Amino acid sequence: MSLLAEMNEKAHALGIPLSVHIDVTYRCNERCVHCYLDHDDKGEMTTQEIKNVLDQLAEAGVFFLVFSGGEVFMRRDFLDLVEYARKLLFNVKVKTNGVMIHEAEAKRLRELGVEQLQLSVYSHRPEVHDAITKLPGSLKRTVNTIRFLKAQGLKVTLSNVLMTVNRQDERGTRALAKQLGVDYTLDPTVTPKIDGDTSILSLRVDEENLDALFQDDELVGNAEEYCKPPSPVDEDVMEGYSCSAGHTACYISPYGDVFPCVQFPLPTGNVRRQKFADIWYDSPQMNEVRSIKVKDLTVCSSCTHAGSCTRCPGLAYMEGSMRGPSTSDCMKSYHRTGIPTANMLHKAAMAPGGPLVQILPMVV
Amino acid sequence: MAETYIARSTAIAARMLGGEMMIMSAVDSTFFTLNEVATLIWQSADGRTPLSEIVEQKICQEYEIEPEVAHRDAEEFVSALSQHRILVVSDQPISDSSTGAQ
Repeated sequence: MSLLAEMNEKAHALGIPLSVHIDVTYRCNERCVHCYLDHDDKGEMTTQEIKNVLDQLAEAGVFFLVFSGGEVFMRRDFLDLVEYARKLLFNVKVKTNGVMIHEAEAKRLRELGVEQLQLSVYSHRPEVHDAITKLPGSLKRTVNTIRFLKAQGLKVTLSNVLMTVNRQDERGTRALAKQLGVDYTLDPTVTPKIDGDTSILSLRVDEENLDALFQDDELVGNAEEYCKPPSPVDEDVMEGYSCSAGHTACYISPYGDVFPCVQFPLPTGNVRRQKFADIWYDSPQMNEVRSIKVKDLTVCSSCTHAGSCTRCPGLAYMEGSMRGPSTSDCMKSYHRTGIPTANMLHKAAMAPGGPLVQILPMVV
Repeated sequence: MAETYIARSTAIAARMLGGEMMIMSAVDSTFFTLNEVATLIWQSADGRTPLSEIVEQKICQEYEIEPEVAHRDAEEFVSALSQHRILVVSDQPISDSSTGAQ
């Protein structure tokens, strides 16, 4: 086990929130077709309010801090917030589209000791990337920023979301990351909008595309290992948990709302009205999330994939129950291994068959 | 013999977790955990107090350890952390401006 994994286990045992993702704004200079956010400012936390939250997070033991949005640089005080976070010795990662970062900002990020920057790029072709972001010239600007950041010696990851509108460019985008000398991540997850609108789910790629992804050694490491049938489910699996949400990680919105994860819209409290530690330790919702073991899951506890599935409790919550299945993860488990999930079998059994046989009174 | 002064680099992330200090270098992303004694040296690394004084007044008084052994262990520890630029080492007192990522 790596040292980092050991620390994660220790934080889990002690109930320490090791990682916090904080969106400092939902405002953005791009209008990505797949984005789940409402970009209007509905009363963001002030500089002082965020600094106060950062003090509380340091006190609570948070080590990894992700600043994201919206576009973080839409806040004029963003570098001031990063500086404050670094003085508190957080490991800081920044998610940005990079459009507003120039040489001066890149230099400052390096001076502040930001550990990593993740920039969103959806295609190597401007006509595709710019059509997704709806900001003409955005690919060129983002790629220039990656070069500035690399020149400063910063660690950069190019982050892509696989959708129906850019799937044909995936290899080209990956090649662009290689050419720029940066890491590459690909996520096929498209989530409903924050207001519940599910129209953007039509951007999800179809099953054939998932099959191809899972067979790609460059993306998954060893495809044979990655796609092997799941190991038998034992007691350790049944006593385990789905993910770190609410256990060692949580999410804070620009308005101070605290959630178990950015993908888990269950409100647990607000740092404008409560202390972070009170929410983390005492919120009934947070405690409910962390009480759920695999054995408590309504359908997934009987699934052969229970020990290896990437089941997201947040996506399950959005589907109707935090103890239920997350259909998109069921599909991933199925396409990864070719073995149907309990949820798929359950749905198939519940599906209406032919017309019911009716016994009619015999007409004499 | 010249004194050794040590200061915590600001190009790191650090947090206490259940009695252990976690440290990650922002320069090369190396991840460390320090035990109790090493954490005490780390916390005392203010750039002004000589290492010998830290060992004698903090380590030897707190733990039952021979001064000679404590000095040798402390020097090895300081050398290892300075290689990853987690500690700044000098034979002169160290100012705040020389501990950053720049």
